[in-house]
Amino acid sequence: MSQGVTMPPMRPVDVAVRQETESQTHETVFDIQGLQAGYGSNVAIKGVDLEIYRNVITAVIGPSGCGKSTFIRCLNRMNDEVPSFRHEGTILYHGVDLYGDGVEPVEVRRRIGMVFQKANPFPKTIYDNVAWAPRVLGLKKDLDERVEKALQSAALWDEVKDRLKRSALSLSGGQQQRLCIARAIAIEPEVLLLDEPASALDPIATQRIEELMQSLKQDYTIVIVTHNMQQAARVADRTAFFSIDSDEDGRYGVLVEYDETPKIFTAPSDRRTEDYVTGRFG
Amino acid sequence: MNLQGDRRLRRRRIVNRLAEGSATVAALLAVLVLGIVVWSIAKRGAGELSWGFLTKDLPLFGQPGGGIAPLLVGSALLVGIATAIALPVAVLIAVFLEEFASPRVGAAIQLCVDLLNGLPSIIIGVFVFGLLVYGHPQNGWAGSVGLSIVMLPLVTRATQEVLRLVPTSQREGALALGASRWRTVLGITLPSAAGGILTGTVLAVARAVGETAPLLFATSIFGRTIEWNPGHALPNLPVQIFIWSESDLPEDHARAWASALVLLIFVLVTSLTARLVLARTRRRMG
Repeated sequence: MSQGVTMPPMRPVDVAVRQETESQTHETVFDIQGLQAGYGSNVAIKGVDLEIYRNVITAVIGPSGCGKSTFIRCLNRMNDEVPSFRHEGTILYHGVDLYGDGVEPVEVRRRIGMVFQKANPFPKTIYDNVAWAPRVLGLKKDLDERVEKALQSAALWDEVKDRLKRSALSLSGGQQQRLCIARAIAIEPEVLLLDEPASALDPIATQRIEELMQSLKQDYTIVIVTHNMQQAARVADRTAFFSIDSDEDGRYGVLVEYDETPKIFTAPSDRRTEDYVTGRFG
Repeated sequence: MNLQGDRRLRRRRIVNRLAEGSATVAALLAVLVLGIVVWSIAKRGAGELSWGFLTKDLPLFGQPGGGIAPLLVGSALLVGIATAIALPVAVLIAVFLEEFASPRVGAAIQLCVDLLNGLPSIIIGVFVFGLLVYGHPQNGWAGSVGLSIVMLPLVTRATQEVLRLVPTSQREGALALGASRWRTVLGITLPSAAGGILTGTVLAVARAVGETAPLLFATSIFGRTIEWNPGHALPNLPVQIFIWSESDLPEDHARAWASALVLLIFVLVTSLTARLVLARTRRRMG
């Protein structure tokens, strides 16, 4: 990184330290200011201002097409993979502009992990799915322990410990999604972005993922996109409600309200939020 | 109500039947041509085929007996070296086109690959002669370079096709873990595509093994024994088939047919197997 800006070191050893020193106050991880993002001439989201705090679960809810996924994919620069992607505004990650000069998307994604809507395990063994990224990033020391720890954190270890050499594709949908979470946390990122991680799962598998999020919160900052309001109400500490607005530029997503989850669901300050959470639209 | 149709409708129906009929006949013609080729070569070549024919050195001029062992070894060497040259380059071209190139650069290079595919093989032969043979003795390396130019666009195309079948979610999964584009290609995309690349290569081998023109100026004056050194001219099937078929001697014609049958069987078996495997890979990858 140029200009002398440095991200805080996030090597494995720091995780324990971080827990001890900073569990009381929630410092700001992302500070998003005036974010506008879109593809080609389409604007997907506009004027988004939002702060995301450390070791907090932040849910992003809203109707289809409100730009939830576009938003979350801005946070680890996954949108860079879409050639027509454009954005304005700033996203500060611990005070560093994520889209600033010299910032490497690869380095960003190494610190800010992501789990996708549809489980996408690699067509490799269960072990190799988790071990692949540590190997690529040169974290080869004590790889077996690292894999075991990641699988345990993802509440999958007991189910797969006897068949680590079996193909990941032999797992059930819910197990595959937990494997993807294990894969993401094997490199010990600081943030986990979950893009509708349970939308393709049955209620029991969904419940397991939600329980998992509560335990992961100790170590990670979690942002979850969900179209399921109950899920947001169950798991999230803070909730951001996005809705669709329109003007001469067309239809685009806007952040309507962002607050503590109970407030969003019981005493929203915006009419649109109330309409949505009470099921009057969306 | 009259639902039988008027005169015009009947005419339309006849035209429709004629068009359908001629298209069917044309399709059958393709089967027929292949059938005739296989049958006529099998009929004329089968009599000469024997274990000895496959394992002996080339016959002395005008003598009976002999075999095609040096041709089999030479052709295998030529195609083997050609594959070793073409495969890595073709895979890299395909990776560049599918994973890295901007649309504009990609389209330009795609066009070049397609043009290369349409290049007349005699031109490849002359090119290789001018570049690698002129001023030197004939040699197998030059022949292999010629064949690799034939194979390059075929393997590139086949690799591109399977790379496109690898789901985007796989790439995203790897990129989201902080892997670079190249590590993603190397660790995730290419292994998923390996089966398809292999079968595409086998198809290209089947095509290259019968190519004569690229070898004509590079490796057509050879001895009658097995030659392992690609620094020398390598005996090979297509050129020898051509030489024998140009001969005045009836036994040479018989050898040409029998060699043609060997070549044909190899090409048919490898292409069919490769295609079957490829179809299975496609189904598996969705």
